Amino acid sequence: MSETASSFRENGGVRGWLGRQPIWVRWLLILAGTVAAFLLPYAEHVPLIGPQIVTEGVDWSSALFEISYYVLLALGLNVVVGYAGLLDLGYVGFFAVGAYGTALLTSPDSILYEDTGWKWLMAVPVALALTMVAGVLLGWPTLRLRGDYLAIVTLGFAEIIRIVATSTTTLRGDRGFASIPHPPGSWGGEPIFGVTDAIPYFWLGLVIIILVILGVRNLDRSRVGRSWLAIREDEEAAEVMGVRTFKYKLWAFAIGAFIGGLGGVLFAGEQSFINSQTFVLQFSILVLAGVVMGGSGNMAGAILGGVLISYIPNRLRGLSVGDTDLYEYRFALFGLAIIVIMVLRPQGLIPSRRRAMELKDREKEVAPQ
Amino acid sequence: MSEPHQETPEELDRENARPVDRPAPTGGRTAEPPAETVRDEDVLLEVDHVTLRFGGVVALNDVSFSLRKGEIFGLIGPNGAGKTTCFNAMTGVYRPTEGGIRFQGESIVGKKKHEITRGGIARTFQNVRLFPEMTALENVMVGADAHHKTSVISALFRLPRFWREERSGRARSLELLRFVGIAHRAGDVSRNLSYGEQRRLEIARALATNPTLLCLDEPAAGFNPAEKVELLQLIRKIRDTGVTVLLIEHDMRLVMGVTDRIVVLEFGKKIAEGTPAQVRDNPAVIAAYLGVPTDAA
Amino acid sequence: MDFSGLINDFGPLTVTGLAQGAIIALFALGYTLVYGVLRLINFAHSEVFLLGTYACLIVWGWFGLDQNSAPPSVGGMLLYMAVGLLAAILVSGLAALTVEVIAYRPLRRRNAPPLAFLITAIGASLFISELVGVATHRNQKGVPPIILAKPVVTIGDTTITNLQILIIVLALVMMFALDRFINGSRLGRGIRAVAQNPDSAALMGVNKSRVIALVFLLGGLMAGIAAVMYDLKIGVTRYDAGFLLGIDAFTAAVLGGIGNLRGALLGGLLLGVLQNYAAGLFGSQWLHAASFVLLVVILLFRPTGLLGESLGRARA
Repeated sequence: MSETASSFRENGGVRGWLGRQPIWVRWLLILAGTVAAFLLPYAEHVPLIGPQIVTEGVDWSSALFEISYYVLLALGLNVVVGYAGLLDLGYVGFFAVGAYGTALLTSPDSILYEDTGWKWLMAVPVALALTMVAGVLLGWPTLRLRGDYLAIVTLGFAEIIRIVATSTTTLRGDRGFASIPHPPGSWGGEPIFGVTDAIPYFWLGLVIIILVILGVRNLDRSRVGRSWLAIREDEEAAEVMGVRTFKYKLWAFAIGAFIGGLGGVLFAGEQSFINSQTFVLQFSILVLAGVVMGGSGNMAGAILGGVLISYIPNRLRGLSVGDTDLYEYRFALFGLAIIVIMVLRPQGLIPSRRRAMELKDREKEVAPQ
Repeated sequence: MSEPHQETPEELDRENARPVDRPAPTGGRTAEPPAETVRDEDVLLEVDHVTLRFGGVVALNDVSFSLRKGEIFGLIGPNGAGKTTCFNAMTGVYRPTEGGIRFQGESIVGKKKHEITRGGIARTFQNVRLFPEMTALENVMVGADAHHKTSVISALFRLPRFWREERSGRARSLELLRFVGIAHRAGDVSRNLSYGEQRRLEIARALATNPTLLCLDEPAAGFNPAEKVELLQLIRKIRDTGVTVLLIEHDMRLVMGVTDRIVVLEFGKKIAEGTPAQVRDNPAVIAAYLGVPTDAA
Repeated sequence: MDFSGLINDFGPLTVTGLAQGAIIALFALGYTLVYGVLRLINFAHSEVFLLGTYACLIVWGWFGLDQNSAPPSVGGMLLYMAVGLLAAILVSGLAALTVEVIAYRPLRRRNAPPLAFLITAIGASLFISELVGVATHRNQKGVPPIILAKPVVTIGDTTITNLQILIIVLALVMMFALDRFINGSRLGRGIRAVAQNPDSAALMGVNKSRVIALVFLLGGLMAGIAAVMYDLKIGVTRYDAGFLLGIDAFTAAVLGGIGNLRGALLGGLLLGVLQNYAAGLFGSQWLHAASFVLLVVILLFRPTGLLGESLGRARA
């Protein structure tokens, strides 16, 4: 028994097995997984397992929607941290820019409402363009900095966004923006994206996630992905080989910002209300924790991480230890999880093959001592 | 081609010959027409009175020489003579304190490293610096990407240019792997390649940037004699495709066997320039090289 | 913008800024010491400080003191100050050591990439501050009036309180002592050796692990003192106090030249004063935004700070 297990591992585990299957088997599995994801809102009807999965303290479909935008954020941050190797601690800033961009263009509370007062869908491209601009504006001066300094400056960027959102009258601080319109569309006379049912939002989130996965995969398997990897492995050698390192780092930032902004517009469209309380710094760090736990540099890992950081707290909600709701401890638990994972399994739960080898190489360097 | 015999300096004693403050010799150069008479259109790269200081240390002192199109050019000197410094100035890593460096008539001082590479100067590193977790093929493709125009947008949407360049880049990279003789390792992660294969891969990666000038920084370091012979053949093969080769070497025998012309540096100064035969007979060079083991790297 | 506010309150803003800056400087020492030796931003240092702000409050609580107590007599004040400082120093020092042993040492043994350290540091920081947050229900906690701020010196419109003088003097004394320790003692020589060249220091018989532990401990001690000063000056603490002031302290360290002890002092004082000017100009909610903007500007134009980096070289 243990022998077969170890030989399974030597052959690359699940991924190795998957790699050896004919292409149609792989496609079938992916298709089955996608269908299963779309059916998740009905999980409670599955006998035995269903009731264990479903969250108790929170509406299950709302919890699923929350998972969808966390996964988006994890995918976006994975481009920045996992692919390009840039530690961005202020990622929530882009989420905020996307959400505030939408709110400013659509909410009746906005000072722009007289001139714009747009529908959600019209606001989306503008809000996304705004986030990309924010990404470039932040990246332009800072991407020349050393990695650890970059981390602190991005942290500062997110704090400044939060302070601006809290302290300026235009962004309304705590009062926030209400009545942000929902996404368009109707079915049998009823709007698809209503107030009570979060399932359509979850499906919308899933569709966006799939598009993002395809897009990032296309980039990864092109000169863009090669350039990112080259920069991560040896930045100077990459430059000497003609890679425009700054340009590709900036692109990673802009693409990450774009995906974060997508999460923001989706969030604003579902919640219909945002204020400055939403964008606390712990949020950025939580997403980073997700990417690192799942396995940075690997999309499957990032997705798993995004699911974990949003699902576990919601699952904990309503469960209590003594008189404290376990949900209260969520950030503390993820803080602990980060330490444990970095100490015991730095490559993450589903590591990128390359990342795992990079770490092994470094270990070997010190081994002989 | 067999290697010409030479009085190997390593046979001489190291201790009795540290030259001190010798004026730059002129002997050996007078017999031949001076290098400056080379016709302009033949000059590929011109190092023009370059001085490079780090703080108070003068790493290069008023060094001038030029490379002609299509030759194999050797830059040699004992350890610490300024070879690698010179090399780094030519590839944009350092900026000369004084003087100019012109490539195909255009100054490259102050240009970015990737611009210099795309302009036609490619290099390898003294201690191999591949992208260790990429396959051999991917490593070469990074070099081939230097001349690709696929934008992020066309990569994202898989536009025709992406397919065209990806296909041609892959074909060219495979061809280069075959050219340096490691095509069978194309799909292997480069850290798993043997040392010799890694050195060849680095050359293939540099060639993939379509250089006019290929700079090799001690490519034979750590090679056994058989491997060195193979390397010599490869360097000649590269020259035969029309690429000018600049070779920085420690190993005198290797340099003598393959180069058309040589410049010798010592203590940051040029002490000799000429054909291998001229340089070999130059007393200043002999003095400078006394006792320096050919395989010190 | 309120220029008249800045000009009218220039004196008070400067004095408040200096006192604030002295606390920041002591706090910044922890970042600078660890960075000087390990080239590591000890992100969890802010929580070392946070625990210090609570440690003295808890001990004062044992004496029955809370924010509504009457101010103690002079003898009581001295006693309370002594035990408060002792408690904060002990807790902060131990916390710093614990972070090093649990979060960093295993990574160092494995030669993990630099970003891995930063990520565990963030994890440690989040863990500690959130535990404190949950334990205190995210409420702020008031500080008993151990020392009542009384104006003792008046220059023109500017009054300087006894508390401000105490903070500034204490910070200067601690700085001086630390400087003497690192430059004058055997252990200090070990620290400098490891900062300059870890490998050759190890060959020379310096115990690297012990030096690193010592550096964390020293940073923790200084943060403990800063924490007590902070409590007395601000009057309340909260679970995120460490994080917010930590950013300032890190900025101060970078401003002065991270890894450089005197740079931390200069950077701290300068930052405290500039922050207060910015608050006078734009309103106090912009205080932290100002320090971030300053940080970015320094990193872009003078990344080695005012006095230059490196623990070893700066005093040579």
